[in-house]
Amino acid sequence: MATRSRIHIAVFLAPAVLVYTAIMIMPLFNTLRLALYETTEQTRHFVGLQNFRTLLGDPNWSGAFWNALGNNFWFFAIHMAVQNPIGIALAALLSHPRLRFAAFYRTAIFVPTILSFVIVGFTWKLILSPIWGIAPGMLDAVGLKALFAPWLGKEAYALTTLALISVWQFVGIPMMLIYAALLSIPEEILEAGEIDGITGWSAFWKIKLPLILPAIGIISILTFVGNFNAFDLIYAAQGALAGPDYSTDILGTFLYRTFFGFQLQLGDPHMGSAIASAMFAIILIGVCIYLFAIQTRLRRYQF
Amino acid sequence: MHTKRLKSLLLASTVIASAGAAGAQDVTLTIESWRNDDLTIWQDSIIPAFEAGHPGIKVQFTPSAPAEYNAALNSKLDAGSAGDLITCRPFDASLALYDGGKLADLSDLAAMANFSDVAKSAWQTDDGAHTFCVPMASVIHGFIYNKDAFAELGIEVPTTEDEFFEALDKIKEDGTYIPMAMGTNDQWEAATMGYNNIGPNYWKGEEGRLALIKGEQTLTDEAWVAPYRQLAKWKDYLGDGFEAQTYPDSQNLFTLGRAAIYPAGSWEISGFNAQADFEMGAFNPPVANAGDECYISDHTDIAIGLNAASPNADAAKQFLEWVGSAEFASLYANALPGFFSLNSAPVEMADPLAQEFVSWRGKCHSTIRSTYQILSRGTPNLENETWNASVNVIKGTETPEDAGKRLQDGLASWYAPQQ
Repeated sequence: MATRSRIHIAVFLAPAVLVYTAIMIMPLFNTLRLALYETTEQTRHFVGLQNFRTLLGDPNWSGAFWNALGNNFWFFAIHMAVQNPIGIALAALLSHPRLRFAAFYRTAIFVPTILSFVIVGFTWKLILSPIWGIAPGMLDAVGLKALFAPWLGKEAYALTTLALISVWQFVGIPMMLIYAALLSIPEEILEAGEIDGITGWSAFWKIKLPLILPAIGIISILTFVGNFNAFDLIYAAQGALAGPDYSTDILGTFLYRTFFGFQLQLGDPHMGSAIASAMFAIILIGVCIYLFAIQTRLRRYQF
Repeated sequence: MHTKRLKSLLLASTVIASAGAAGAQDVTLTIESWRNDDLTIWQDSIIPAFEAGHPGIKVQFTPSAPAEYNAALNSKLDAGSAGDLITCRPFDASLALYDGGKLADLSDLAAMANFSDVAKSAWQTDDGAHTFCVPMASVIHGFIYNKDAFAELGIEVPTTEDEFFEALDKIKEDGTYIPMAMGTNDQWEAATMGYNNIGPNYWKGEEGRLALIKGEQTLTDEAWVAPYRQLAKWKDYLGDGFEAQTYPDSQNLFTLGRAAIYPAGSWEISGFNAQADFEMGAFNPPVANAGDECYISDHTDIAIGLNAASPNADAAKQFLEWVGSAEFASLYANALPGFFSLNSAPVEMADPLAQEFVSWRGKCHSTIRSTYQILSRGTPNLENETWNASVNVIKGTETPEDAGKRLQDGLASWYAPQQ
């Protein structure tokens, strides 16, 4: 009897397990496996960790790899420093009980998130275009034309510009998550604070912020995973060669060029898989640090 | 009543269609291509011309986006779902397909006799023993200029470098036009329309290109650094914010009449004819001193081959024989001015700008882009690095000498003849 009652668990789990295995687990392990091979003269043979040694040891590869990784960290840093504080601020404003048209603002700020990367990349390229763009015209109108530069074409600014475009696109997500967290704080707690003389700013810092910290943690980890898997925006705006002078090259574009090839560069699925595995490892380490070092220390409150 | 008639009509057409198919045993050939711009030309003129002469063979042209073509084609070939006829990129991309058994050997195709060795070189094994694609067309590099602007400013068409920069200075001084329409955002223009456009005059075309492959010259030699030195001077003549100017931006700046000179590839001709409402002319890359021999980049760009796994190989070979014929050459070159036939038979072209470009074949020596054959096989990839170096040099973030040295070091790191 006991054994028969367990079979149905497997039956019910089977569809999800099978689909997930076929489209997630298999490709993942196959990628990891592919990274251990090499193709010479049309035949594939096992080379162990040689591809990783090349990736990290051969200056032709490691230069590009560290450059992409560094750019990725900068991309992530801009998101953490700009997107999440703005998201929190917007959520705090939106949750203000006396704000009018809150639903309109919420929708307007969230809309870019559902736009395709291609549209966002193309639109911003047009806005910032030194030839037809409205950015130089608008700066000119307020007498700040001198501040304009062809940002996407300058090594020093291109990556930051793209990161800010990405922030513009995705600021709606932290805003929504934190907005939801703020709404779930019971009125009684805030009222109890008011009685103790904690109002306004100090209510935000002392009551609301500690209560939304878990949500901020989740957002940080989502941002981290999203940024280290990013590819689309850079590809749409700067192309696979991630110009100028590889200054916007992140792991995603580096992987694309290596795996699929570019122009005369033939695709190398084995080196490509090695890069993909490295990305997987980096993200895994990042998520582990979060899970074990940060999340366990976050205090949760039950209402 | 109405729907009934429609239904019977549909039914009748289905019956007729299936009867036709059953009766003639039609073979349908599918062509893989990256030239989605040419879809209407294939459908309206090229395919009907072939089908008229070859009853029983139907042809479908199914292009994909240029940037995705190589990756998409490789996946389709691996999965066995690729078309019968494969449009071939020049050199290694196609050579890899041949070596991998994806493209059939076409050396014994009768039409191959209609092509010179240089025309076939882009689709042959390194030893030249096997040819696997029928050459279709090449593109020629040079400069397209706005004739009205030149007349207005009283500028003669430059033939030497000094005249070229004098003309640019004059246009800049006048201020009505941007002297030259080129940006560095997309990178490839700087290498393709910059370095490989003006370079052959310095490295003497095939002579220098082959010497580089053999390891007798290096990228730090004067002949290979001097074109970078010229590119570095271009910076002052490009429009404001050229760093973020894209390829379509440059095309539009020129066709809107806002720029006077456009470093070009001949593939622009049909698009420019449709867009620009002023008269255009073209000149070949200016030489150092008056009377010097001139060299042009006449790059073998497009060919067509046979999927080795095609079940319709016989019909496909008939199509390929036809692609190698003078009839196709004339049809293609006139439908797509700027894609010049590689067929040995001379082709009459109606377009004046295309005539101008092709006339350089008579007075200059032809070569192909220096990075395409053999030299872009390793890591770092010489073609990608040349894009990067050309952009850096134009922007002034790298000196011509440093760029040459970096490329040479990269090439020498994997290419034995250069070590």
